[in-house]
Amino acid sequence: MQSQTNSLAKRRAASTRNAAIIFLVPAFLFLIIYIAYPIVYSFNLSCYNWNGFASNKVFVGFNNWKELIGDDVFRKAFLNNVIIMVLSIIVQLPIGIALATFLDFGGKKLNVFKVIWFIPMLMSSVAIGYLFKYALDASSGIVTGISKAFGGHSIDLLGNPKTALLTITVAICWQFIPFYMVYFLAAYSSIPSDLYEAAIIDGAKKSQYFWKIALPLMKPAIKSAIVLSMVGSLKYFDLIYVMTGGGPGTASELMATYMYKNAFLSQRMGYGSAIASGMFILITIISLITIKALNRKED
Amino acid sequence: MKQNLSIKKLSIKAIVGILAIAWLLITIIPFIFMLLAGFKQQFEMLMGSVFDLPKGLYLKNFIDVFKGNIFIYFKNSILVLIVSLIILLFLSACASYPLSRFKFKLNKPIYAIIVACMSVPVHVTLLPIFLMTTSIGLYDSPWALIGPYVAFNLPISVFILVTFMQAVPKELEEAAEIDGCNKYKIFFNVMLPLVKPGLATLAIYNGVAIWNEFSFALVLTQTLPNRTLPLAIWEYQGQYTMNVPMIMSVLTISMLPMIIAFIFGQDKLIKGMMAGAVKG
Repeated sequence: MQSQTNSLAKRRAASTRNAAIIFLVPAFLFLIIYIAYPIVYSFNLSCYNWNGFASNKVFVGFNNWKELIGDDVFRKAFLNNVIIMVLSIIVQLPIGIALATFLDFGGKKLNVFKVIWFIPMLMSSVAIGYLFKYALDASSGIVTGISKAFGGHSIDLLGNPKTALLTITVAICWQFIPFYMVYFLAAYSSIPSDLYEAAIIDGAKKSQYFWKIALPLMKPAIKSAIVLSMVGSLKYFDLIYVMTGGGPGTASELMATYMYKNAFLSQRMGYGSAIASGMFILITIISLITIKALNRKED
Repeated sequence: MKQNLSIKKLSIKAIVGILAIAWLLITIIPFIFMLLAGFKQQFEMLMGSVFDLPKGLYLKNFIDVFKGNIFIYFKNSILVLIVSLIILLFLSACASYPLSRFKFKLNKPIYAIIVACMSVPVHVTLLPIFLMTTSIGLYDSPWALIGPYVAFNLPISVFILVTFMQAVPKELEEAAEIDGCNKYKIFFNVMLPLVKPGLATLAIYNGVAIWNEFSFALVLTQTLPNRTLPLAIWEYQGQYTMNVPMIMSVLTISMLPMIIAFIFGQDKLIKGMMAGAVKG
C-alpha cells in the first residue's frame, strides 16, 4: 500500500517535471540562441582577426585583448561611460524621487503633471537624439536663440569637445527622469496607505513622513534604481550615436559606439568583439561590486 | 505665530509649484521646438528666432514625408511589433507558469538564470547575432528582428508575469485538477484567462520598447523596404541634413502613433510602465 502511494507520488512528480520542461524549453531556446551563445561567440571571435567577409579568420590569440588594454580611446570611452553613470545617478534619481513624491502627495488633481511629465518615455532614443541635436544646434537651436535674444553669440554645445559629453548627459537625463518618476511612483504605491494616515494622525508633517517613513521604506527600490541606472549608463549607444557619433574627436566616445565603429564601420570584427567582451566583463564586475556594496550597507 | 506658520507653508507651496511648472516647461519646450520647426520653411529656420511662430501653416514638409516612403517603414514596424509581441507573450506565459506554480527541483535556479539575463548588455550580442543572421540568410529582412526582440524582452516579461501568476488563488487550479484537467488544460483554460491584465501590461511595456528599438534594426537590416520606423528618422536625417524643418516633421509623424495610443490609454500605459518599473 505504502509503496503504491510512493510510486504514485513519484509519477506525479515526474509528470510535473515533464510539464515544466515542455513549458520552459521554447523560452530557453530563444535565450540560448540570442543571449548565451552570442556571449560565448563574442569571446571566441575576440581571438581572431577577421573582416567579416573573408573566408579565413586569422587566429591571433590574445593580441586583440593586449591592444584593448593599451588602447587610449577605449580607456577614454570607458571614462566617459563612468562620467555619464555618476551624473545619471546623482541627477536622475533625486529628480525622479522628487517628481514622484510631488505626484503621490498631490493625488489625482495633479494628473495633468503626470501625463505631461511622462511623454518623453514614449519617444525612441533616436528621436530624442535628433530632437536635441537640432534643438541645441549652433545656428538655429534653442540655446543659441536665447543667447542671441540677449545679444550674445551663437553657442555650439555639441561641437565643442568640452561641453559635448555634458550636453549629451542633459539629453539622457531628460529621457530617463520620467522612467524613474514612474519607477518611484510604483514604489510609493506599494507603501500601505494606512501608514501615511497613521503618521498624519500622530501629528507628523508631510516632510517628516517623507524623510522618516517613505524614504526608508523605499530603500530597496532606490538600490535597484542605482543598479539599473548604472548598467544602463554603461551600455548607452543609440542616443550618443545619433547626436554626436562619439565626437567631436573622441570627446563623447562610449564603449558601445567604439565597438560599433570598429566592428561595423572599420570591419574589424575581432577587435570589435574584444571591445564587446571587455564591456561585458566590466559591466558584470562593476554591477556585482555595487550590488555587494549596497547590500552590505544594510547590515 | 500661527500666521507665520501659514506664511511659511504658503511659501513652501509656492516654491514647490514653481519647480513643478519649471519641470513641465523643461519637458515640453523640446516638443514645442519640434512642432514649430516642422511647420516652417527652411529659410525661416535660418532667418528668424527659434520661438517665432511659423509664418502661416506650411504643410509641405509633412506632405513630402507622406509622399515618401514613410508607409513602408510603418508597415515593417507594425509587422515586427505584432509578430514579436505574440511570440513574446505566449512564450513568457508558458515559462512563467511552471516557475510560479510548479514545485520542482530546479525551479529557483532556472528563475535566477532568466532574471540574470536582464542585465546582459545588448551590444555584446550585436556582432554575433549579425553574423548568425547573415549566415542563415535572414539578413536585411524585418523577420530578422523578431528573434532578438523576443529574446531580449523575455527575461523582464517572465519576471513581471511570475508575480501576476503567483497572485492567482491555488483553489482554482486544484478545482480544475479534480475535474480531471491536466497541466496543459489548466494553463490554457484557467491560467491564461486569469492573467489577461498581466499580459496587457506586458504588451504595453514591451510594445513601446520594440516600437522604438534602434540598435538591432540598424545592424540587421540594410535596405529601405526592410527597415523600421526608428531607421526612417535616421535615413531622412542622412538625406536632409541641413533641412531642419523636414527632419522635425519626420520626428513628429513618427511620434504620432505613440501619442495617439497615449491619448486613448494613458492610464493603462502609465500603469503598464509602472509594472515594468518594479523590476530589479
